[in-house]
Amino acid sequence: MEPFFETRSLTMRYGTAEVLSSVSLTFPGPEMVSLTGPNGAGKSTLLGIMANLRRGFTGECLYRGKPVSRWRRAAFARSVAFVPQALRLDFPFTAEQVVLMGRTPYAGGLFETSADWAAVERALRLTGTLEFRHRDFRSLSGGERQRVVLASALAQEPETLLLDEPTTYLDLEHQLSIYRLLRALVEEERMLVIAVTHDLNLAAAFSHRVLALKRGRLMADALPCDALSAARIREIFQVEAEWVTRADGRPWITFSS
Amino acid sequence: MGDPSRRAALDHVLLMTIAPVTPARTARVLLLAALALLLILSLAPLAGPAPLDLRKAWAGEWPDAQVYFAVRWPRALLAGLAGGALATAGVLFQALLRDALATPFTLGVSSGASLGAVLAIVFGWQSVAGFPALWVAAFAGAAAVLAIVISISAEGRRLSSFTLLLSGVTINAIVMSAIMLLHSTATAGQSFAIVHWLMGGIEPLPYAALAAMAAVILPVTLGLCAYARHWNLLAVGEEWAATRGASPNRLLLGGYLAGSLLTASVTAVTGPIGFVGLLVPHALRLRLGGDHRLLMPASFLMGAAFLIVCDTAARTLFTVEIPVSVLTALVGGPFFIALLRGKKKSLWL
Repeated sequence: MEPFFETRSLTMRYGTAEVLSSVSLTFPGPEMVSLTGPNGAGKSTLLGIMANLRRGFTGECLYRGKPVSRWRRAAFARSVAFVPQALRLDFPFTAEQVVLMGRTPYAGGLFETSADWAAVERALRLTGTLEFRHRDFRSLSGGERQRVVLASALAQEPETLLLDEPTTYLDLEHQLSIYRLLRALVEEERMLVIAVTHDLNLAAAFSHRVLALKRGRLMADALPCDALSAARIREIFQVEAEWVTRADGRPWITFSS
Repeated sequence: MGDPSRRAALDHVLLMTIAPVTPARTARVLLLAALALLLILSLAPLAGPAPLDLRKAWAGEWPDAQVYFAVRWPRALLAGLAGGALATAGVLFQALLRDALATPFTLGVSSGASLGAVLAIVFGWQSVAGFPALWVAAFAGAAAVLAIVISISAEGRRLSSFTLLLSGVTINAIVMSAIMLLHSTATAGQSFAIVHWLMGGIEPLPYAALAAMAAVILPVTLGLCAYARHWNLLAVGEEWAATRGASPNRLLLGGYLAGSLLTASVTAVTGPIGFVGLLVPHALRLRLGGDHRLLMPASFLMGAAFLIVCDTAARTLFTVEIPVSVLTALVGGPFFIALLRGKKKSLWL
């Protein structure tokens, strides 16, 4: 079986600035991956290239052995779903309608089939968004919106999920529940989940693998305890960090400046 | 969840929910709108300053038959086609540009038509290949503006709604000033004709011309409605559409061409009639939500009904006929504001 994603010497320039420098990565199969790094490290650019949104890079980005640019868009959308950082709407779509849009890559006609509805119901249930399905998306809180957007991606029934800071606008409870859901999708649905995050403790607690970028270069690609060691964190973020043991025996990263 | 204050808050919000767009609801709403349109269409030709005896009209007696069949029916049909096409183009351009204030005229197509018409007036062209020169020149002007806007806004071979909006609005401004320049050099007689054109208006047409318009407008509208799910995606965003299996580039180009065809085929004949493309989609969106599977066909039907009503009012309310474009904004504007303030929501389906 071909690996899900593979990048070879991926390089991207905006003008003279190099935002990605020769990044080579392999994602062989289902796992939970956190992608972190300081602002401007190239995280969103990397995710955008993998989501087939950004062109103009050099090197290769393959999905299932085929360059992403050569995939038909609908077929790609049935395999890879993308959750943007924040979604603003100008028109009155309900939460349910936003989720239904995730079924467009399967569209055979003007209206949804029973298979479409089954996928939508499941996505609404998993993300806990059933209770406001008929509300105007614009009337929802930031956290509720983010869960609806995640539901829309899940409605695509992808095998890979790319998320750009999925929990930035969420309160603590919902941050944890989203990460628990993502981890469950990996374990139970055998999905590959790649999430950009700034929360190193969330990354450490839920990921199989942590990637760190700095100024477009891959600084770490390892287990959380190695990728986020105190020395690595100092090197990447210029912050002093210490791994401590919580009362329940789990590790925790604390920071001092 | 058990918290009563939270439940009350939720109930309050629940009142603002929007019903889902199912095939049943779509069929029900569109059937109602179609019936309303048919009723208005059949009543409008009865109204007018000259008394009309329907029995005489059907018996073919002069002047009732002429007034009924050769003047009022063509006029109602033209108003219907024009209103439907403009409202559909309005919905489409609002989705393409993700701008609730976009109209069929935002991207310069209608000012291109006006420039063509003004040129025809100033140079005294009468007819081209059997068609009135005014129509041909107006259509050619719209096509020229369309080609210019697309060639400017395409970066490489990619379009974005932002570049489309920028180049459309800029070309619109340039063309409008060219019209004013021509106007300033015109004679008094030409000047009257130019102002008359720029005000826009519905006039009786031969049935052959109406059939030609319908042959463009109806298939284009149906084709656009078939792409409703893609307009939904584009109304959210270009990246949103791209990650859900659509090509934003092709949708933008196809949508702009189709919307311009609708706008141009109307404005070439009627001149610019404002506000239909803004008011009708918004009023319907308030009641029906943003899903284009329902919104787009409903806009066509209600746009048609709205302009027939306005045109009928324009030619019957006063002893002198007033331009219908004056009425659409003068009556439609305050009504629209009332609607936005939530006072007349129940009036709409």
